[in-house]
Amino acid sequence: MAEQLNVFVDNRPGRLNAVTGVLRDHRIDIRAMTIADHGAYGVAKLLVSDPRLAHRALVDQGFAAALKPVLAIAMEDRPGGLHELLEVLAERSINVLDAYGFVVAPGRRAVWCMEVDALDEAARLLAARGLEVLADHVLYRLEAE
Amino acid sequence: MSVPVWNPAVEFMERETLERLQFINLRQTVAWALKTPFYQRRLAEIGLTHPEDLGSLRDLRKLPYTTKDDLREAFPDGLLAVEREEAVRLHTSSGTTGMPTVIYHTRRDIDHWTELVARCIVAAGATAHDVFQNMTNYGMFTGGLGLHYGAERVGMLVIPASSGNTSRQIHLMRNFQTTVVHATPSYLLHLHSALAGEGVTVDQLRLRKAFIGAEPHSEETRRKIEILFGIQAYNSYGLSEMNGPGVAFECVYQTGLHLWEDAYILEIVDPETLQPLPEGRTGEIVMTTLQRQATPLLRYRTRDLSHLVGGNCPCGRTHRRLARLNGRGDDMLIVNGVNVFPSQIEDALMKMPEVGTNYLIQLEKRGSLDRLVVKTEIDPKPFTGDPRDLDDLRERIGEALRSAILVKPVVELHEPGSLPVSEGKAKRVVDLRPAF
Repeated sequence: MAEQLNVFVDNRPGRLNAVTGVLRDHRIDIRAMTIADHGAYGVAKLLVSDPRLAHRALVDQGFAAALKPVLAIAMEDRPGGLHELLEVLAERSINVLDAYGFVVAPGRRAVWCMEVDALDEAARLLAARGLEVLADHVLYRLEAE
Repeated sequence: MSVPVWNPAVEFMERETLERLQFINLRQTVAWALKTPFYQRRLAEIGLTHPEDLGSLRDLRKLPYTTKDDLREAFPDGLLAVEREEAVRLHTSSGTTGMPTVIYHTRRDIDHWTELVARCIVAAGATAHDVFQNMTNYGMFTGGLGLHYGAERVGMLVIPASSGNTSRQIHLMRNFQTTVVHATPSYLLHLHSALAGEGVTVDQLRLRKAFIGAEPHSEETRRKIEILFGIQAYNSYGLSEMNGPGVAFECVYQTGLHLWEDAYILEIVDPETLQPLPEGRTGEIVMTTLQRQATPLLRYRTRDLSHLVGGNCPCGRTHRRLARLNGRGDDMLIVNGVNVFPSQIEDALMKMPEVGTNYLIQLEKRGSLDRLVVKTEIDPKPFTGDPRDLDDLRERIGEALRSAILVKPVVELHEPGSLPVSEGKAKRVVDLRPAF
């Protein structure tokens, strides 16, 4: 399963780039990123090329950061693709807590990333339907082949 | 203009007689105090073992001061001068460092307290014909029960509304044609701004007077309240260690707060040297109870700063007047009338493992009400990465603080290391409220 890096950031100018600065210094690549805004603070969620290294580097710099397992699903970039995936979860009443997607190769390949309330069950269900649940090392080596 | 008065014999008493009465009551108070373990020890240190050791009122100066720390040390019964069975009520406060303090009252003590509050109410021109809505907190806070008892004794129709719930307050005022209210000045300003939202105009109310206290306020604030509501507002001073409200109150002339000197001996001292200060000089208010049997207090240092008003009041009362309070000699904060010590906030925060070491207390004005913002750093170790855990943490910090200081703060979480560090003289309190 893939690991997402969650970082606590004050909601004020200069904090987000303090995080990206640490990643750059360690030559870590960012695949995707979202920010959950909670007023005075936010939680930045990142998919990066080396989550363990990134986590250690941020914690060393005094950041509050944590690694969280997430479902990263490889899918075809076509109309209805996401809907089919979500139908599978809805049938089993699995709740999606947070999600985001990114395109790897337009018209061909996309990745859908999500936090759900029953991670292992969801992974099993989706794999059984022929969807590819990406492991860390695959996710970060995805190429626009 | 005839001056309304509750107890003319005492309120207009000649100074000489008043001071004789003070001396008799001081000896009585020392006799009571000598029944407490705390004062037995403290007075033995200065060689005082009998009330007759006091030769005159001047000998008061020989008595030791009593501080809030002493009250904490003596908790719960070290200052109790009667059998527990004789006490009918206690008021306790959470104290500054989790160490509480307590004041006990006998039936007679409550009776005396009630008499003092009745004097205050009548001095401000209220009568048995008034409908009195008491908008301060009932319970441990002495403002609720204190005014309630006094108002009933005067014969007013009392609405024990307690604090908060502004919509209900407004409808109570309208439905029962409230003529007198008791509240903090900031709450009255807030109440006024809420009238329109309830579809009520000042003209539909019958309000004519307000008793305001529990937080420092300026003459301008008082005049603003008077103009907004078209009423007279009277300043009230009290503190739980001295019963609560009923210590000092303005009469209809509004020229300072008459302090009932048959019930308290007042001293104004330099907070550094503890030397008495002359009339007009600002210093710390020090008071000795004269009519409280269950918990007598000698030369209690209030930490409140004020000065004596010179000359005679046109009302003719002989009891001297305190000027409007002008601050505190310690770090106590007053948030919407509630006393808060920064150390209480620190203690509550440091009990939570998810909270980091640094914090900042910020006071703001939101409309007419105070807003307490507590900024804390999160500890990076227990951080789960889940924003919902952070929301939950904020909620728990808010609840922990509310139960510690009785004020619900706005809690802000910040990155580790982003607030001023705790070493040295970090400024932990930022008061952004306009000076009163």
